[in-house]
Formats: sequence, structure tokens, C-alpha cells
Amino acid sequence: MMDLFSSLAGGSLLFAGSFLCLSSAVGTLRFPDFYTRIHAASVTDLGATLILVGLIFYSNEGIVTAKLIMIMLFILITSPVASHALAKSARHSGLKPLIYDKKFKNR
Amino acid sequence: MNVLGLYNYWVVIALMMTGFYIVIAHGNLIKKLVGLTIFQTSVFILYISMSTVTGGSAPILKEGITLYSNPLPHVLILTAIVVGIATTALGLALVVRINEAYGSIEEDVIQQKDDEV
Amino acid sequence: MEAFILLALLSFLVLTAIAITRLTDLFAVVMLSGIYSLISALLFVVMDAVDVAFTEASVGAGISTLLMVSSLRLAGRYERPSRHNPILGFFVVLVAGSLLIYATLDMPSFGSINAPIHQYVAPHYIDDSMKEIGLPNIVTSVLASYRGYDTMGEVAVIFTAGIGVLALLSISRRRSVEREKTEHGRMHEQMILRIVSKALIPFILLFALYVQFHGDYGPGGGFQAGVIFAAAIILYAMLFGFPAAERVVNFSLVRLLSAIGVLIYGSVGVVSLISGENFLDYTALAADPVSGQHLGIMLIELGVGITVASVMMIVFFTFNARALQRKEKYL
Repeated sequence: MMDLFSSLAGGSLLFAGSFLCLSSAVGTLRFPDFYTRIHAASVTDLGATLILVGLIFYSNEGIVTAKLIMIMLFILITSPVASHALAKSARHSGLKPLIYDKKFKNR
Repeated sequence: MNVLGLYNYWVVIALMMTGFYIVIAHGNLIKKLVGLTIFQTSVFILYISMSTVTGGSAPILKEGITLYSNPLPHVLILTAIVVGIATTALGLALVVRINEAYGSIEEDVIQQKDDEV
Repeated sequence: MEAFILLALLSFLVLTAIAITRLTDLFAVVMLSGIYSLISALLFVVMDAVDVAFTEASVGAGISTLLMVSSLRLAGRYERPSRHNPILGFFVVLVAGSLLIYATLDMPSFGSINAPIHQYVAPHYIDDSMKEIGLPNIVTSVLASYRGYDTMGEVAVIFTAGIGVLALLSISRRRSVEREKTEHGRMHEQMILRIVSKALIPFILLFALYVQFHGDYGPGGGFQAGVIFAAAIILYAMLFGFPAAERVVNFSLVRLLSAIGVLIYGSVGVVSLISGENFLDYTALAADPVSGQHLGIMLIELGVGITVASVMMIVFFTFNARALQRKEKYL
């Protein structure tokens, strides 16, 4: 019973994580502007975290769980910093975000 | 002729030929080096796909596992990866010096400057 | 199911390679080659080659991309499209590719256990390495003990590449270091990056040490550990400026260390020679053969790790010093 519950939870978390990664990929292709694309690409942080938490339910040994938690912490810390670095360096180089104004089209 | 078992190698050969094409058909020196890296990495994939055994596991000895993949090509490719990065580093240093000497890294411009002298 | 994953990854690789052919912006080309290395590392994991995947991800996707971006900074970012007719190139590639495909028709199919490659030396390594060497990771025992000669040649090649880069690109750096000491690095405004990396760099260094010494029990070893160590120091140098990195790792010490690594490797071989066995025969290093093997493998992996880390640092620092010198000439 516990086995069924844990594999069900793990499976649903894996499914949710991969759905988030897929939607992030679709967003990176479809969004109109660089900054919105960075926002879409940064959803993979949460997707990868959910996948890793789902994998924790499948692990049999304590050491594997500990390693997965450490990888998850590392990804949670570094991936938003990477998106921030991208956006900041783009702003620093002068890339202006796309702003729609009713009076002027594509300002 | 076993198509299903061989398509792996054919895709790798396609990658090798893409890398080869970049080396011979593009004039920019850095792009040639990137093409060489693509070629090298596809050769690695060829060796590693030769060493896999269906149903085997990674070559780390563990209780209860009887079938392992072949560890010898892994060792060769480990060496090859590191040697590849060493040659790439040296190649890039040479490109930097060529750029300083000739002012460009396009092959035809360099050839032209050499012919003028 | 695994065949489906393999097919998907291989098609990604082909698409990436074709995209690299078509692009003229070299920055995008270098980034795509990093993605190419990362996808091939995934492919290696699916094909059960975990040590190779580790090395390819750290070396190919990490250091190689970094070096190419550094050289783009020095050489120029855009490729001029060539004016030659590519038909001859296509023809040569087509002929070579079809000859190679004809050559693969005789090969055993993918994953078959009866292929000749699995018959002669590999079963000896798999069956007897636990008795003779006593390490779970067969790849480490083959790399460090059974094929120790090849690994010594590899360390010598890395060292030679480091010397070559130094010979081609090094400059006398006294002047540029003096001028930079007074100003902050260019990344001073990147507060979030600096804070987070300052918190993470000790863990990255610790992870490098973990990979170095646990290469006997899992994927890892000297090469990957050296690359990760160098990556941590390079991250520090990029974010805090090169004068700060110079204070952490003295550049002359790094150059000395790259030679010391090769020296450690060679000395282990010479010590076994002096003790009466063959060159690089570790059974002569301790009382019983298996612990002699353990000691020998640990020492040479240490030598490999030291050389790889210092050569990667040397290459990166030399490229950067050259760029700084050129910026000064134009200032």
C-alpha cells in the first residue's frame, strides 16, 4: 500500500515536472521578446525541482535521497541566478524590452 | 544486413560528415575548430555505442549485477576527450596569434596576404 | 523505450550540427557546440558510460565553451560567408560518408553480446579486476593500473598543451596587474552573482575533491576533478577580477603545479622500477599487491588532477591576460 502510494506520488510529480519543462520549451520558442523568453526558460528551475522530488520517492537508499536533495538545492540556487545574469547583461548591453503602447505601435 | 541494429552508426556517420564538411567548406578558423570538435565527439559516440551491451549496466562492480558494459572503450574515450580539449586549446591559441599577425581569421584573407608578400 | 530516447537524442544532435553549419554568428555557434557536447553527454549516460558522460559534460560543455568564448573575444565574432562554391565540399563529404556506411554494413548490431569487442580482454578486466586491484569502478582500475602507460601519455599531452599556450600567448604581466589593482573588476555591479558564487565556490571545490577521491567507487577520477576545480577558480576570477584571483592562486605557483603533477606520475613509475618491478607496476609500492595498487592509483590520480586543474587555469588566465594587454594597447 505504501509502495503504491509512493510510486503514485513520485509518478505524478515526475509528470508535473516534465509538463513544466515542456511548457517552458514551448514558451521559449513562442514568446515575442527576449526578456519574456528568459522568463519562460526560467520555469525549468521549478520543473527540474519537481522531477527531482518525484525521483526521491523512487529511491531505495538513504544516500541516494541525500544526493538528490543536494542536487535539488544546487539547482534551486543557481538556476535563477543564471536567468538573472542573462537578463541583467542584456539590459546592460542596451537591449530594450518590447512595450506595447496604444498610441505608438511596437515602441 | 541488419537495419534496425545499425541505424545508430549511420546517424553517427552523418554527424561525422557534418563536422568534416564544416572543416573543409568554411573559411573561418574558429568555425573549423568547432567542426573538428563535432567530428571528435561523434567518433566518441561511435566507440561508446560499440561498447554497450543491451541489458548491461555501467561498469561499476556491484552485488547482484552480472552483465556489464565493456569498460575498455570507455577508458580510451576518456583519454580522447581530454586530449581533444588540449588540442582545441592549442588550436585556439594559434588562431589568436594568427589574428594578431594577419588581422583576420578568414582563410582567404590570410592566403591573400601571404601571396602578396 | 530506450531506443526511443536514443533516437530522440541522436536527432537533436543532427539538428544541432546542421544549425552550426548554417549560422554565421560565431557566438551562437560556440553556444550550440556546448549544447552539442551536453546532449552527447546525455547520450553517453543512456548508453551506460557514466565516467565518459561525466568527463564529456565537464570538459566539453564546460571548459571547451569557455575557451572558445575567450578566443572569440580576441579574434572576432562574425564569420564572413565564404564565396566558394560548396558543391565540391558536398561531393567529398557524400563520397566519404557512403564509403563509411558501406564499411559499417559488416558490423555487429548495436548492443549484441557476441560482438568480437566483448570477447578477448574485456571479460578479463570485468572478472579479475576485483581480485587483482580491488576497486569497484572498473574504468578507474583499467585507466590507472592496467593501462597506466596511456594515461601517462595523456597527462604529458595536457602538460604540453599548457606549455604550448604559454609559449604562444603569455606576456609579461607586471604592468597590467599594477593598473588593475586599483579598480574593481568589471563585474562589480553584479551583486547577486557575486554573493551567490561566493557562497557556492567552497562547495564546488569540495565537490571537486570528492570526485577526485571517490573515483574508485563511482564515476569520477582525476580528470573530472581537475576540471571542476579549475572551473571554480575561473568562476572566482571572472566575477572578482584577475588581481583578486592572483591573490588567491599565485600564477607562478599554478605553473609549477602543472609540472609537479606530471612529476608525481613519473615518480610513481620510477619508484616501482627502483623496487625491482616493471615501470608503473604498483604491486611494488606496499607490502601486499592489492594495497600497493590502491596506493599507486591514488597517487597517480592525484598527479592527473593537479596537472589538469593547473593547465586549465593556465590556459584561461593566459587568454585573459592577452585580452587585457590588447585592451591596454588601444586605450
